[in-house]
Amino acid sequence: MTLEQTPLNAAHRAMGAKMVDFGGWDMPLHYGSQLDEHHQVRRDAGMFDVSHMRVVDMRGEGVRDFLRYLLANNVDKLQSSGKALYSCLLRPDGGVIDDLIVYFMDEMWFRIVVNAGTADKDIAWMIEQATIRAPQLQITSRNDLAMIAVQGPNAAAKLWQALPEAQKLAEGLKPFNAVECNSMFIARTGYTGEDGFEIILPAKAAPSFWQTLHNVGVKPIGLGARDTLRLEAGMNLYGHDMDETINPLEAGLAWTVDLVSERDFIGKAALVTKPKTRKLIGLVLQDRGVLRDHQVVHSSHGDGEITSGSFSPTLNQSIALARIPSAVQIGDIVQVAIRDKMLAAKVVKYPFVRNGKGLI
Amino acid sequence: MSNSNNLPGNLKYTASHEWVKKETDGTITIGITQHAQELLGDMVFVENPAVGRQLKAKEECAVVESVKAAADIYAPVTGVVVGVNSELGDAPEKINADPYSAWMFKMKPDNAADVDTLMDAAAYQALVDSEAH
Repeated sequence: MTLEQTPLNAAHRAMGAKMVDFGGWDMPLHYGSQLDEHHQVRRDAGMFDVSHMRVVDMRGEGVRDFLRYLLANNVDKLQSSGKALYSCLLRPDGGVIDDLIVYFMDEMWFRIVVNAGTADKDIAWMIEQATIRAPQLQITSRNDLAMIAVQGPNAAAKLWQALPEAQKLAEGLKPFNAVECNSMFIARTGYTGEDGFEIILPAKAAPSFWQTLHNVGVKPIGLGARDTLRLEAGMNLYGHDMDETINPLEAGLAWTVDLVSERDFIGKAALVTKPKTRKLIGLVLQDRGVLRDHQVVHSSHGDGEITSGSFSPTLNQSIALARIPSAVQIGDIVQVAIRDKMLAAKVVKYPFVRNGKGLI
Repeated sequence: MSNSNNLPGNLKYTASHEWVKKETDGTITIGITQHAQELLGDMVFVENPAVGRQLKAKEECAVVESVKAAADIYAPVTGVVVGVNSELGDAPEKINADPYSAWMFKMKPDNAADVDTLMDAAAYQALVDSEAH
């Protein structure tokens, strides 16, 4: 099978990337050292090719009404142009089809960014629902666009150097807001727990913009560091921390589900009635070793499972997200089965790291 | 992938990517190859076997973990563990910096001739090249 390529494929290879098959995409794992890249983002600025993610534009009369029903979070929170919202897309039984970011542009246009591996499934689901409830809407998969994330404490300063015309428009952007700048869409969002931007731009313009960022000292960062950065930041990864068999309340995403308003949405009835027996928590390994996905967590209230585990370069110890029985409390010590041993881990609140500082 | 040129010619190699050095005192020193450390990436944890442990050839006996993944290390021959490199506990990244200096453990083989049956540098290079395709 041929792997899909982003418009930056040649640029990654030219910068010495070790390329891997990432869900059918030929993507950079690292450009030499995953640890160095991780620290680069925490201490300075780095850039990620996230062009494998999919931009979906939804246009037409009544688009807000439709999204109010389609998404678990409430798009009525979006009242000013460019404002963004994180939400799950749910099945009727409450399982998570995907997690996404939706941007309100105007009453005729919302923009949605979904995960790469789930994009085709998501769009099919959106079209299926729209056919029933809002056939007037145009739902367009924007395969003509690329996306570059610039993240780190110096991301803003370096972005203005690379893109002077954007400074006036974008420097006042608050987190989770976006603005259009010529052919670019600049959002103050990210997946690292640092300040930064995700920039959506025409695929053709991506290689030269990537090079311009590199010229002002923004270093390329691979998917390896992207994963340790998001884990430290306590951000869920679809397919690991939740999927179609898990509802958002058991994935630490209750804050993204609006069960307060009268509004009905797909999955709501299931969420209201289902007992919540498990929850997502953070773990910090007390011994040496590395927590990994799918390791079993033993507690006095029953067993759980690590959903995302790795080594935290910032904290210099192993951390994880785990789904465990709800009765387990923050501060408890649990046992994790690692090969033939049981190692102690402390239950903590996450995020583990925010804006370069350890919180544990 | 960068290739693994300049394999030390004085070492023996296993299909599971350990290198083995015959010492003059009849013991052997074991580590992981340049190719293995490149595949795994930044090392963050090393777990060595206990000194005195009896090992069978190809038995799982140690673990190296990178940020990315855990990998088992296998005993190259049958014998007893006679030493471990405890420096790696605090500095596993030494394996990335210089895999042929950052040894993991030492064994005394039951049968010294077993070591001679392991791959030489040319055979191991051929194996690495074949895995790349």
